[in-house]
Amino acid sequence: MRTIGIRMPALAAAVLLAASPAAAQTNDVQALRQEVEQLRTELASLQRQYADRLAALEARLGAAQGAPAVPAVPPVAEVPAGAAGAGPAGPLPVYGAPTAGSKIFNPDIGMIGNFLGAVGSNQGGSETIAPTPFMTLQESEASFQAIVDPYARADFFLAVGEEGIEVEEGYVTFPTLPGGLLVKAGKMRANFGRLNAFHNHSLPWIDRPLVMYNLLGGSPDEPDTGIKDAGVSVNRLIPAGSLFLEATGEIYRGDSGTLFKTARLRDFAALGRVRGYVDLSDDANLETGVSYTRGHNDLGSGFITELYGTDLTFRWRPLSRAIYRSLAARAELVWSRRQEAPSLQRAFGFYGSLEYQLQRRWFVGGRFDQAERALNAAVRDRGVSTMLTYWPSEFSQIRGQYRRTRYGDDRRVANELLFQLLFTIGAHGAHPF
Amino acid sequence: MRMLVRPVVAAMAAVALTAVTATAQSKVNVVTSTEDLASIAREVGGDRVNIIALARGVQDPHFVEPKPSFILAVNRADLYIAVGRELEIGWLPPLLTSSRNARIQPGARGYLDASLNVRILDIPTGQITRAMGDVHPLGNPHYWLDPGNGRRIAQAIRDKLSELAPDGRASFAQRYDDFDRRLAAAEKRWDAALAPYKGTKLVTYHRSWPNFMDRFGLEVIGYVEPKPGIPPSPSHILALIEEMKRQMVKVIVVEPYFSLRTPQSIASQVGGRVLVLAPSVGGAKEATDYIQLFEYNVRLLAAALKDVTGK
Repeated sequence: MRTIGIRMPALAAAVLLAASPAAAQTNDVQALRQEVEQLRTELASLQRQYADRLAALEARLGAAQGAPAVPAVPPVAEVPAGAAGAGPAGPLPVYGAPTAGSKIFNPDIGMIGNFLGAVGSNQGGSETIAPTPFMTLQESEASFQAIVDPYARADFFLAVGEEGIEVEEGYVTFPTLPGGLLVKAGKMRANFGRLNAFHNHSLPWIDRPLVMYNLLGGSPDEPDTGIKDAGVSVNRLIPAGSLFLEATGEIYRGDSGTLFKTARLRDFAALGRVRGYVDLSDDANLETGVSYTRGHNDLGSGFITELYGTDLTFRWRPLSRAIYRSLAARAELVWSRRQEAPSLQRAFGFYGSLEYQLQRRWFVGGRFDQAERALNAAVRDRGVSTMLTYWPSEFSQIRGQYRRTRYGDDRRVANELLFQLLFTIGAHGAHPF
Repeated sequence: MRMLVRPVVAAMAAVALTAVTATAQSKVNVVTSTEDLASIAREVGGDRVNIIALARGVQDPHFVEPKPSFILAVNRADLYIAVGRELEIGWLPPLLTSSRNARIQPGARGYLDASLNVRILDIPTGQITRAMGDVHPLGNPHYWLDPGNGRRIAQAIRDKLSELAPDGRASFAQRYDDFDRRLAAAEKRWDAALAPYKGTKLVTYHRSWPNFMDRFGLEVIGYVEPKPGIPPSPSHILALIEEMKRQMVKVIVVEPYFSLRTPQSIASQVGGRVLVLAPSVGGAKEATDYIQLFEYNVRLLAAALKDVTGK
């Protein structure tokens, strides 16, 4: 019974189908034929259209490959929404459009202008040493950065002064080496302490503290300070759970400012640093390091200068208010042991500083620094500074600094007001941590 | 018989144990730039992945500090998922370089730019200059605020995880389908909740919301920032207040990392209200995952729009 129940409707349907009038069937077939015919003609016309368009495209491509095509009308673009009034009125020209493809592999280029001004007075002595001119475009920094190949990236920083260009840094980095190693080769600012690796424009002050002039290879007469040399840097993470621990070993040719002088090939300079970092909370962290370096000094191959350093940085920046509030406290201590003909010069220097961000655009800061001179540890210079910084945008910065320095050699005191205008064009470089 | 049982059980236990260790070891370590990407990766990856997000939802993703503790996380990653479109340009490159991890360098198998297959708005078409503020030359990077894009990000993550861990292919596909279904169902709810307010005009602080507003048919007529990344100036605020009064705009949407002072003074001038929405997972307590993020924003927005429009 059940089988019949299922089969009955199927049977009925079959009968109905078979019984459908033969005339209607013929009409349907004709209609279908017509439709197929129509589709065929449409397809053929489409094919023709595409063939024509392809031929045209091929012709244009051929022309483009043969000779650079000069567009009849220079390409123009609309002013992006919200940008009206910021530039010239009307549509914007697209510069260099025909050759844009060739620029894809150009490095990221940036330029940071560093305009300085100073006014000041001295009491009881000659002009200040380490003088800042009344106005100067001191050491603008040109940067060229790109990935070299799957194994390396390269970074060049040229210090462009009013009188010439110097390679501040130029090195290749290999980030994909086995063994968790990070290797750099080229000319670099050495990883001694915290401050030495900073470029001038990323300092929290206009100048560098006295300890860098006196002990790290500058001289008070030569404002270009810090250990920078050609060499190789090898860097490795040390597994320590949630603690970030990093060890760095570097060797350099052994020529750096007035600090190291090499007379023979084997008189290279060596450096070691261990750096630790820990997050105290989401908002605060602490970083500390110890550094050591040694090299031959200007007295000859038999004379060594050694530097020991330790540094501490505390940072606070509340996550949800990160663009409005922050604080950084830094301190760095450096000991120098310089071999000289009769004896050893032992000099010591340090600085401590505090920066606080009041508002999105305003920062205040203060610094105390003191350093004996590497060549004559009996002379001790001391300085205090206060800073006020304003950020019109991410790409420019205006800073004022009052600096009072008491020089140890003839009890001179210099009171200076420094002014700095930093401005960045080009690639948006990453901010140093 | 009994003699056989012990070795068999022991062998089975050993096999089971090895299998467990094997799965534990084969977990894919994923690090993402933001909590949104982490949430979507969690939807797709399930317990086959370990996930760490670098930037928190309450944080402005343009200004993240490349902390050394992040280097530790990135160092162990098998897969790095970036928002892309230069959102992280100020902090990610040094992290990747110093991660000492070849697997996740840009161009390597373990680096995924989540923006490659999504719908991007605000792509500048002409020459751009910084006179326009901090414009993103590759388009607006806040694209995850469109659920359609969330789905596309999930697809990209599913494909990438399947490539890195082929054993999990079926699981990733099935989890993606499940996410897709739940997202589609939720989208219907969100559409229904915001449907009455289609075409309503509002103001936002930063240009973070074009994808969100476009998706739900709301119109942004101005920004508290005069230009992207530039803090509000008095003349711009006056002009904005005039414009809001003229067009009867009553709602100002603000991201949780901006100061409320200026938006509130604007709101009091125009008789409107300030609404702090979460631009990212974790940007509000209730925005615990990608779907909850929209749930939270849609609920707040619908309630506020109901108040001001009376619909």
